[in-house]
Amino acid sequence: MKAPLFVGAAVLLAAAAIAQPHGQPRPLEVVPPRAAPHPAVAVALPPVGGATLVQHGHLYTVGPLGTVNDGDVLIEGGKIVQVGPNLVPPEGARIVNAKGHPVTPGLMVSWTQVGIDEVDLVAETNDARANQSLDSAAFDVAMAINPNSTLIPVARISGVTRSLTAPGACGEVFCGTAAVIHLGPGPDLLVKTPAGVLADLEPTGGAKQANARPDIWAKFRETLADAREYWAQRAGYHRPGGSRDQRTTRIDLDALGPLIQGQEPLIAHADRASTIRELVQFAQANHLRLVVVGGSEAWEVARDLAQAQVPVVIDPEFNLPASFSDLGATLRNAARLDSAGVLVAFQPQSNDPSHYARTITQIAGNAVANGMRWDHALAAITRNPAQIWGIAEMYGTLEPGKDADVVIWDGDPLNVTSAPTAVFIRGQKIPLVSRQTELRDRYRDLKRKYPPFAYR
Amino acid sequence: MDSTLPPWGAAAIIAVALLTAWLVIPALHPTPKDEAVADRFPSDEFPSTYRPLPSHPTIIRGATVLTGKDTELKNASILLQDGKIAAIGPKVPEPPGSVVISGKGKFVTPGLIDIHSHLGVYPSPSNEATSDGNEATKPTTPEVRSESSVWPQDPGFSRALAGGVTTMEILPGSANLIGGRSVVLKNVPAVTTQGMKFPGAPYDLKMACGEKPKRIYGEKGGPQTLMGNVAGYRAAFEKAIEYREKWRKYWKSKSGDKPDRDIGLETLALALDRKIPVQMHCYRADQMATMIDVAKEFGFRIAAFHHATEAYKIADLLKKNGICAVMWADWWGFKMEAYDAVPEGLAMVDHAGACAMIHSDDPIGIQRLNQEVAKAMAAGRRMGYRVSRAHAIAWMTRNPAKALGILTQTGTLEKGKMGDVVLWDSDPLSVYAHAEKVFIDGALIYDRDNPKLSPRSDFEVGQETNDTTGGAGQ
Repeated sequence: MKAPLFVGAAVLLAAAAIAQPHGQPRPLEVVPPRAAPHPAVAVALPPVGGATLVQHGHLYTVGPLGTVNDGDVLIEGGKIVQVGPNLVPPEGARIVNAKGHPVTPGLMVSWTQVGIDEVDLVAETNDARANQSLDSAAFDVAMAINPNSTLIPVARISGVTRSLTAPGACGEVFCGTAAVIHLGPGPDLLVKTPAGVLADLEPTGGAKQANARPDIWAKFRETLADAREYWAQRAGYHRPGGSRDQRTTRIDLDALGPLIQGQEPLIAHADRASTIRELVQFAQANHLRLVVVGGSEAWEVARDLAQAQVPVVIDPEFNLPASFSDLGATLRNAARLDSAGVLVAFQPQSNDPSHYARTITQIAGNAVANGMRWDHALAAITRNPAQIWGIAEMYGTLEPGKDADVVIWDGDPLNVTSAPTAVFIRGQKIPLVSRQTELRDRYRDLKRKYPPFAYR
Repeated sequence: MDSTLPPWGAAAIIAVALLTAWLVIPALHPTPKDEAVADRFPSDEFPSTYRPLPSHPTIIRGATVLTGKDTELKNASILLQDGKIAAIGPKVPEPPGSVVISGKGKFVTPGLIDIHSHLGVYPSPSNEATSDGNEATKPTTPEVRSESSVWPQDPGFSRALAGGVTTMEILPGSANLIGGRSVVLKNVPAVTTQGMKFPGAPYDLKMACGEKPKRIYGEKGGPQTLMGNVAGYRAAFEKAIEYREKWRKYWKSKSGDKPDRDIGLETLALALDRKIPVQMHCYRADQMATMIDVAKEFGFRIAAFHHATEAYKIADLLKKNGICAVMWADWWGFKMEAYDAVPEGLAMVDHAGACAMIHSDDPIGIQRLNQEVAKAMAAGRRMGYRVSRAHAIAWMTRNPAKALGILTQTGTLEKGKMGDVVLWDSDPLSVYAHAEKVFIDGALIYDRDNPKLSPRSDFEVGQETNDTTGGAGQ
């Protein structure tokens, strides 16, 4: 029994190594957050090499092939190897007949806490927010991803296969470092880390005593200036006897490296149009890659955003003047940004994007109901986030060479009455089971008195 | 009358009378009618001033009509006249001066009802100045009423209207074991809360189980535990029994000192007499079962358990006790007691024959009750239940009307009921559907195609960016 376990583990590690991005200015002392492969999980994995052919799908490739009316997707070695009509299955391939139903790439949610939050109000299960005073770009979600979180199966059986997992808005200026994860079997869910640093530029970030905007900006600029100075002479600071007079902690300055070097985005929470405008200008002047999240008034700044090629992550259902930074919130936000040429991705219900990750299709459907093109809305939960979060070479479309995140649906994927009938993540067929389906089945028959529920 | 009754006859009559009393009096539990406090205590101190807006006779012709009574009428018409549903069927009369709207390819439903909303008491914008939903100064506050907190200018009302919501119960929050009285509002723009009050709708008493009261009071003198919660309810109602007794004695004796009035105990006494039903925030199956026993002990009536994420585990018990379960389609996990929610829960409760319905508890969710019902319906179908569209509609119309005690006035499309009607541009159980026109008491209150018929609260007036959005957040 032991040898196959090790083979399985080795394959996992190899796959993880491939998934690792290269050339990031990671601080030397940080150990990549990587759990030891758990034998039980390794045993559960089907052979990676076996081919699967999804046949007769109505393919929404979201890629160069567009929509294919009766098409096939060939999956092998965790990748999509061929897409098109009438593909010939390799010998021994598993055949999955989609029977003309819609087939899409797996979906991606942006700015959630999937993987770092189990029960919001149970503190030890919620790693979404820095609790100490560390002002904290170094709050790295990659250190906390829990592949056994029950949120993961709940989301993936609804078609969600990737998440940009990041801290929540924190009421401090820097909230932490984000990561891209996949929602397939563990133990290693990390796809890309770091994937940006979240900063909260709105005074509504949760602190009861809200900071004034000039305070936020002063702290924001000072921290970035510190980071720039530090990175310019980093080796010197680390020499014995080297000195450093920044107020920001060393680990935070390290975490800000990819950001100030323009390699990973500044993920900036901003809702008010004027704040977004400031941010766009600031990012351009300082050569930062900017992604605006929140963005309830982003449509007002759509032209600036499009010109500066700044993507925006919004919850398109959010249409309340919930604060004075949201007075322009409207259901038309997605449609207006999209038609202005802004690259848009969606956050599921902004009040709890993690437990409600599965509502991302409803979110996209509502964007369509309020004027966005259907194919653009699908792109906002597949290809667009892939581009925004820097994983477009491996995910986001049904295209040869991409990871095989593939979903077969029983109806229009963006309609609330539809659900997946099959989900593949990186080529692995996911059982459509979650803690919730198991609870449902346990209590399905209340009339049957024996055995008691606890034995069912 | 003569008195020729033989002695054995008199004895028989007395025996029968005693037997009857023995049988009947317990059935009248908790109190025989002549002692009811309901008729003695004031009941309408903040009377509704709502009057329906003017309307023309209006006919929607040739629509698919989902009546809320489990029926779907194809190619049917509906006539609204004098604020009421005047006719409904394949053909309706056309009074002179009628406005006729083509319903071809469209759908008609009753106005939607959200039994659990905090619009107005936790309005937008949300800040300390507008936070009026929880009187979290002590765990038992039956003396407060949500209607005293409602801000009629909450921009959330118009957005809910654009989602087809015509009636809402606005509840106090769940910080307290006994949170106060809730109020039923019509979703009509008004400057005063009285101007929105649903005429004749009964009050409810908001109570809360579980984590929240103990989280709020755990370090502020308690309750700190679930057992503390239950002791709290019982102590409060025990006091209410004493209070009721004092007044009964006073009324009976017609002399002696008039008892001091206690507004909170008055509300609880009315709950004891089942004049004010309880709407009970309660997630977990075991806690609902406990509350059923507490209600039996004191005789108050629980109309519905709200946020009942575990109702699917005890649907049989709820059915047996005639208590409704108010649920979300797919909310879960935000706290421990919501960890076991399943998307099929609503359909499972319904399937077991108990009274099930949707609610929002949320100013975004209230805008899409139809989509939430669609999700719950689809989840039920996927587990093999036959749930028709016509049946699922009741989860946001008939059933909440029943739980609020307003089913005789609204909640279904029936001749003589209030003209609370939504015209949808397509199947309302689709993500793409819009409430195109919303009628309340026969008057067109919202028209998606006419910005002038999209109400805008005072708060939104003159806010530059908001002005360009076409109202109602559209």
